[in-house]
Formats: sequence, C-alpha cells, structure tokens
Amino acid sequence: MSPGAPLLQLEGVSKRFGPVQALDRVDFSVNAGEVVGLVGDNGAGKSTMVKTIAGIHAADEGTIRFDGNEVSIAKPQDATGLGIATVYQDLALCDNLDVVANLFLGREEVSSGLGTASRQLDEARMEHETGELLSNLAVTIPSLRSEVGTLSGGQRQQVAVARSLLGEPKVVLLDEPTAALGVAQTAQVLNLIRRLRERELGVVVISHNLVDVFEVADRIFVLRLGRPAGDFSADATTEEHVVSAITGIGSDGEKKNGIEEELQAENAESGEEGR
Amino acid sequence: MSEAAVSTVETSEESVPRPKETWRRLIQGDLASLRVVIGLALIWAIFQFENDRFLSAQNLTNLMLQITAIGLISVGIVYVLLLGEIDLSVGAVSGLAAAVMAVLNVKHGWNPYLAIAAAVAVGMAIGLLQGSLFSRFAVPSFVVTLAGLLAWQGALLQVLGSTGSINLTDPKITGLANTFYSDTVGWIFAAIVIGGYGAVLFLGHRRRVAAGLDSESLAGLVVRFGLVAVVTIVATTVLNSDRGVPLALLILLAFVVGMEFVVKRTGFGRHVFAVGGNAEAARRAGIRVNGIRVAVFGIAGTMAAIGGIMAASRLLAVNQNSGGNELLLLAIAGPVIAGTSLFGGRGSVWTALMGALVIGSISNGMDLLALSSAVKFMVTGGVLLLAVLVDAVARNQRSASGRV
Repeated sequence: MSPGAPLLQLEGVSKRFGPVQALDRVDFSVNAGEVVGLVGDNGAGKSTMVKTIAGIHAADEGTIRFDGNEVSIAKPQDATGLGIATVYQDLALCDNLDVVANLFLGREEVSSGLGTASRQLDEARMEHETGELLSNLAVTIPSLRSEVGTLSGGQRQQVAVARSLLGEPKVVLLDEPTAALGVAQTAQVLNLIRRLRERELGVVVISHNLVDVFEVADRIFVLRLGRPAGDFSADATTEEHVVSAITGIGSDGEKKNGIEEELQAENAESGEEGR
Repeated sequence: MSEAAVSTVETSEESVPRPKETWRRLIQGDLASLRVVIGLALIWAIFQFENDRFLSAQNLTNLMLQITAIGLISVGIVYVLLLGEIDLSVGAVSGLAAAVMAVLNVKHGWNPYLAIAAAVAVGMAIGLLQGSLFSRFAVPSFVVTLAGLLAWQGALLQVLGSTGSINLTDPKITGLANTFYSDTVGWIFAAIVIGGYGAVLFLGHRRRVAAGLDSESLAGLVVRFGLVAVVTIVATTVLNSDRGVPLALLILLAFVVGMEFVVKRTGFGRHVFAVGGNAEAARRAGIRVNGIRVAVFGIAGTMAAIGGIMAASRLLAVNQNSGGNELLLLAIAGPVIAGTSLFGGRGSVWTALMGALVIGSISNGMDLLALSSAVKFMVTGGVLLLAVLVDAVARNQRSASGRV
C-alpha cells in the first residue's frame, strides 16, 4: 500500500438514473484504520454511493482509486476482488443454518485426504476458524452451532459483519448497521466497528442515527441531493453543524427521519422486522 | 440421527435437560427424530396388541419389502421439500420409468442392467426438465409437476401399449426385490454397518479434538454407538429368523445413507439448505440458485425412477396402475410425518426412511386387522394432518421465540 494515498478514493463520481441525478461529482475517500460515517437525508444518494463502490451500479463518470491505483468496478465481483466487502441492511443470512454455515456460505472448505473425493465439508476446520475470528472480534455468540434465526438482531449483525471479513477485505461498507437495534446491541455493534478500525480496515458506515455516528466515526461525510455537503472531523464538529449540512438549512436541531423511499428502493428498511 | 450429530454437540454442553425444555424441543422439531421414534413405537405397540402376528419376523420382513419403493421415492422428495418446493410427478415418473424398463427388457430383449439404466436416465431427464422449467420461467413447482403428473401418466399408458400390463421374468430384475441373503452374509452386512458407524463417530470425534473444539462427551458417543449397534443386531436377528436380510432393504439403506451424506456433509447439500432457507441470501453468497434447483428436481426424478423399478420388481409386473393410486401422496407424507418441513430448509433424508416405516406400519397393520381401505385412508390422512400441524406449530413457535 503506497503510504499517504487513501485506501479508497472517489473522484468526481456521478450516477444518473433517467432524469434523476443520484450522485453528482462526488469526491470521497477513506483511509486504512479510519471509520467514515456517511450521512444524509433519505434520497441523498448514500445507498447509490455504496452500491457504486460495491459494484451494483457502475458509475457513469469519475474515477475510483484503490490503494492509489485507478480501478474499474463494474460488477460486485470486481469490488470483492479488490477487497471491498459490503454488509447490506437485510444482512442476507440463512436463518435455518448455524453460525458456521452462514459464515462460510458459498466458500465452504472441503476436507483433505479421503474427504476430497467425496467433497466432504471440513466442519471442524470451519468451526475452528469461525471461533478464532469471532473471538478476535470479541463477538460473543452462545454457540457457534446455534441457528442464526435464534440469535438477537445485534448478534445477527455481528455475524454478518464477521462474514464479510472472511474474504480478508481492506474496506468494509456497512449499511445501517444499528437500525432497529436496542441500546445494548447497538453498543456491541459499535464496538465491533472499532475493532475493524484496529485491524487497519477502512470502514464506511451509513447511518441515520447521528448519535451512533458520532460515537464511532473519525470523519463524517454528508451527502445532500447527490452532492457532497460537508466533510467533518468528528472531534471538531457538533451535531448541529452536521444536521444543517444534511438539511441544507440553518441548524434547527431537528433530525430528519422521513420515510420517503430512496430512488433505489431501499426496501430493506422493513426487512429487519421480518424473519 | 445424523441431524443429532450436528445438534447434540450444543445440546450436551448447554442444557441440563429439564422436562419443560425437553417438551419444547420435542414440539419445535429439534428432537423430531425422537418424536417419530416414539410415534412408531406407539403404532407398533397398538398393532401388536391387536394382532400378535404384527411383530413376527415374517411380517416385519414383509414390512421392509413394502416400504422400499416409497422410501426411495421419498428420498428424492426430501431434497425437494428442503428447497420448500413440491414434486407431484414422482408417482407418475416412477410408473413410467418402470414401464420403460419393462418394455426394453421384455419386448426388446435389452440386457436387464441396460434397461434399468435407461429407466433411471428417463427419470433423471424428466426431473431435470421439470426443474429447468420451474427455475427458468419461475412457474410454481406445484404447477409444473402437476402437469408432469398428467403427462407422464399418459406416457406410461403409451409406452405400455395395448397390452396394458407386462410381466417381468428376468431374474436380474425380479431379484432386486426378491433376494434374501444367508445368515452369514446378513451378519457381515451388520458388522459393516456397525463398524462403519463406529469409525465415522470415532474419526469425527478425533478431528474435532485435533482442531481444539468441544466435542461430545465419550459417554454420549458410546450411547449413540450402542443404540445403532443394538438396532442393527436386533434387525439382523429378526430378518435372519425369517427369510434373511433382503437386498431391497440394503438398497434403501444405501441410498438413505448416501443421500444423507450428500445433503448434510457436502457443499452441494449445504447449498440446498441455504436455497431452501433464504434463496436471496444464497444468491448473494455466490451460489448458483437455479443450478441447485434443477439438480434437486433431477435427484427427485432419479429417485422416483429407482423407486418405480423396485416396486415393479416386487410386483413382478408393470401395469397401468404402476406409480398410481396413493403412492405419490404417501411418498410426500412420509418425510413430513417424520419431521421434514414443508416450508423448506429443515429436514433430513432419514425422515424418508422413518416416514416410510410409519406409513408402511399403519398400512401393514391395518391389513393384518383386515380393515377396509376406507379406514386406512382416513387414518393415514389423520396421521399426516397431525404431522403437518406439529410442523406448523413448530414453525410458528420458532418465529415467535426465535428473534429476541
């Protein structure tokens, strides 16, 4: 990694859906060992930006640099190949499978020796690696063999984040990681985010909850109507400043939590309630 | 049983069994295999009480022969149920495959093994076709396979031609369901089963210990090994005291064990569970969801063909009724009764065997009591309804208590 250059850098990235300019010449960066809070009102372009980085939508214009090199991210595999992992709000876990199976879903390890011929899964090795990863992250789950459907929302979120780390990413994008969580569970997830920072990962956290963002982020990046509307150091700013950047009007301290859908159906908002 | 292999580890370490907890697990399906064993014991006790020939060696051997075809078809059904789908065509496919085998062997003089292979290939091709239609066009599997049920029934009549019935005489084919092994050979098979199970338990235990993981206590392993050994020895003794261990039972057991291994211990099986649990999550994890679906329907068609061949071998004939009547519904009911969820993502191939045993025992017992088919159907229907209700209750309780 070339020192000095940000881990991930967007320069003049734009994205348009028909007549709607979802992202308009956005410059953004995240460094290794840094947590950036990405905030903005509904429809501000947060999700579009994350999906552009994750390769779900290719950017219309602008350049993306990773480790200082210009890269093209046209599909999700490009992003994962570079080392960009995304944890979506609906988590995409299989409730009927246990923690180990979910962590290794789609990248199961096969036994060596006799097991190879029969494609037998190496459950012992996967469980061992799961245990190590989770204890490194100080994630406590009652049993690695409990079904994910029986875990609490906070535990599920932590499993989803842990799963994104299996591919040894350098940047992790978290979409609303604390939405619909209780106080204690939110604290667990925020702790986990701090541990990602300790691992020298670049972390981007989308959140509506400014309290959580201030708690964990080093930097707060505000989007408004697809345009960058502020880039604050978390230590050197106040909630009022950020709110006024989000709303574009003088600080009235009111948090906007409207529920109009974003352009790209953020339909997962309610998915948190379902099973 | 092998489901227990996964769940016992946590059970043994986290819970001191309390009656209420055990009851909850019994209802919610964690202990579904125990539930069905208790049910089976109850059924056997009732029939034995009513007619003491029920548990005779001769009748139990007959029971094993009766459940082979249904059990084999159910093995494929389990895979389909794990996806949360249904295959209504397996009965018709089993009849058609048997007819293909009979026509090729009897009318065209094909080598029996080639005829059997062709029949299995027909079943597999039908399954793959239906799976492709279902996944490509996103037509509900219920409808695709309902169309199949009608179409393959028609194909059966077409293949059989004007005769309407073909008698099987080739000893290679009739031998499938009518071969019994001598006592010595029976005991050799029993030793292989017990030794194999012991080796699997021991190696699995050693691997977990080597990886530094909690493993089940030695006592637990010994108990499980002891149970399997006792069941195997008792079964072999009983079968040997009549005609001997039937080849048909060995075929059924081999498929159950093999397909259980595939679904519980391989990546493919894990992906089947994942697609049945949350297809979108599976897709995002990079699993080719449609590929899994096509393969699973291919398995269902293949197993249906194998079941149809065994049924024909036992009947010594293929006729217009082959694969008809209640065969389809019983093959689906069996795994559900024994604990495979209709809603997808939960179950095991053992339920194909246990379900076939339950249904076969009810049918066999009522035959012994000379009850009319009217009563048989109503009782079987009642048992199925009860099982589905337990499944639904378990599911509701899981979703009510699952998320804290």
